[in-house]
Amino acid sequence: MSGTSKALPARPPATLASRLATTNVLWIFVVLVALVLFFTAVQPNFANPLNIRSIAADNAALLVLAVGMTFVIVSAGIDLSIGSVLIFSGVVAAKVMLAVGGDPRDPSAGAADAGWGVIGLGILAGLLAGLAWGVINGLLVAKARVPPLIATLGTLGMALGASYLLTGGTDVRGIPRQLAGTLGFGLVLNSVPWLVVIAAGVAVVLGLVLAYTRFGRYTYAIGSNPEAARRVGIRVDRHLIKVYALMGLLSGLAGVMSLAHFSTTTISGHSADNLAAIAAVVLGGTSLFGGSGRVTGTVIGVLIPAVLQSGFVTIGVNPYWQNVAVGAVLVAAVYLDQVRRRARERA
Amino acid sequence: MTTPLLEARALVKTYGHVQALRGANFTAYAGEVVALIGDNGAGKSTLVSCLSGTSQADAGEVWFEGRQVRLDSPAHAQRLGIEVVYQDLALAADLDPAANLFLGRELMRPGVLGWFGVLDRRRMREEATAAFGELGIELPDAGTRVSSLSGGQRQSVAVARSVAWASKVIFMDEPTAALGVVQRERVLDVMRRVRDRGIAVVLISHNMPEVLAVADRVEVLRLGQRVARFDIAGVSLDDLVGAMTGALDVTDGAA
Ligand SMILES: Nc1ncnc2c1ncn2[C@@H]1O[C@H](COP(=O)(O)OP(=O)(O)O)[C@@H](O)[C@H]1O
Ligand SMILES: [Mg+2]
Repeated sequence: MSGTSKALPARPPATLASRLATTNVLWIFVVLVALVLFFTAVQPNFANPLNIRSIAADNAALLVLAVGMTFVIVSAGIDLSIGSVLIFSGVVAAKVMLAVGGDPRDPSAGAADAGWGVIGLGILAGLLAGLAWGVINGLLVAKARVPPLIATLGTLGMALGASYLLTGGTDVRGIPRQLAGTLGFGLVLNSVPWLVVIAAGVAVVLGLVLAYTRFGRYTYAIGSNPEAARRVGIRVDRHLIKVYALMGLLSGLAGVMSLAHFSTTTISGHSADNLAAIAAVVLGGTSLFGGSGRVTGTVIGVLIPAVLQSGFVTIGVNPYWQNVAVGAVLVAAVYLDQVRRRARERA
Repeated sequence: MTTPLLEARALVKTYGHVQALRGANFTAYAGEVVALIGDNGAGKSTLVSCLSGTSQADAGEVWFEGRQVRLDSPAHAQRLGIEVVYQDLALAADLDPAANLFLGRELMRPGVLGWFGVLDRRRMREEATAAFGELGIELPDAGTRVSSLSGGQRQSVAVARSVAWASKVIFMDEPTAALGVVQRERVLDVMRRVRDRGIAVVLISHNMPEVLAVADRVEVLRLGQRVARFDIAGVSLDDLVGAMTGALDVTDGAA
């Protein structure tokens, strides 16, 4: 591929570059389809609707995170704190629901019988908690000029520590049953999990925002050349704060989704969420150097490890091979991207 | 004499302990090509950044259309009709030429979609193609990323962007440095055409034949100060080089 782009400048064929950009997405889509076909061929049970539904539901929160991460990485940033922010948001949401909707005569039941008013308040609190961490990340990166890797590594520790302080290290239980029954494992029209509907909605809306709006274009421009963006009058700092704030808000949403799905906070369960989200984004063809990428790619990038994992289980291969495979593909994807960039710069 | 369109008066700019500008003066009139020349490190790029809002002078005044102004941001300068073709081009390489042309000034779809921030990509493409065409710039396709264009084509995009938006002054910091002979001629042509629209074109160049070919006036900067001004008529290459190197001692006011 490096050969092609090196040859471009002399007389670039009209659509080659744009086709290259799309072929990345197309290519991994082919991989996804091939994987699905392969697992189905080996074990027809793989493609049954229940299995597909559970793959989708289990990965809904990750998709929400990865969509936010797409914006962050396109802006040439990174956010390592998302797993901790997810936990923190879930803890805040749960604590608020318990504080407002707990039954004082029966503390052990928590807020299990609480209604939608209480649930709504808790969800709002969780989203705001995520948003707040996102704004902090944004301020650190854009205003304090702390490199995103370090800034978000710091907030990763802080948000996780704060979650342990708030809970004393034990998961919060007694989440409203109504929340778990609908958002957690309820189905829309008796077929599609709520979690999937929400994640898909987030992906579609933000995919359109990235591709078709000024907000998206500024994200690409800043990831591509922040100095150029500054010189044409784009408020780079403010935009970056918005991007990290969006990531925080989505981490908050993922926290609420996870709280509903598991009926409890899962404070020890999200240490690899950042890696999973970054891997999905990069597998989906987004450049770690910023400036290019699409949400469509990210969706596929979430699905490939998910299908691998589930596929290995169904065909009886140790599912930990999924981690090995995804790790290898991730490194290869970044390597290829780097080669491509270097070839372009030489030209 | 008419009032200058843009004027720098005794600008001082210090970076650490480097004095990039030490009381530099500069004048540009509407409808002229004025060359700003000087040795490497003379302060040309710094002067341009102070006159285009990219950086602020530590002391001195900037006058625009007969009034003193404080150019506190590039956006402010752009609102006044001042544009710059930067030496490093300042393009977003991952975006296409049309997106670069409209960067920071995107056109929105009418109605509700525009309210949601949806871009009018088709109109931007059409208008960009027209703007490139007007300057005789051929681009393979408005949808190609700038990173896959040749050096000359990138330069053309940067020039076209500034020309499209400049209504008063356009600074070009070594706009032909990366170009071949044919493309260089084309950019010089663009400068003449822009000048004929009544815009002040400030050309920064190390290429003296080029300066002599296109400029109406020349101002010379040395060690952060204006040391000479020439009308192009009757000036020789030796005069220019002499003023740049300090061999020829001319005072600031000399015409
Ligand atoms: N951002 C900066 N930081 C430090 N020094 C600078 C900076 N910009 C310019 N200078 C210094 O100021 C002087 C003038 O530079 P410059 O304006 O780029 O000159 P020219 O464009 O005429 O070659 C040089 O000595 C240069 O090293
Ligand atoms: Mg310079």
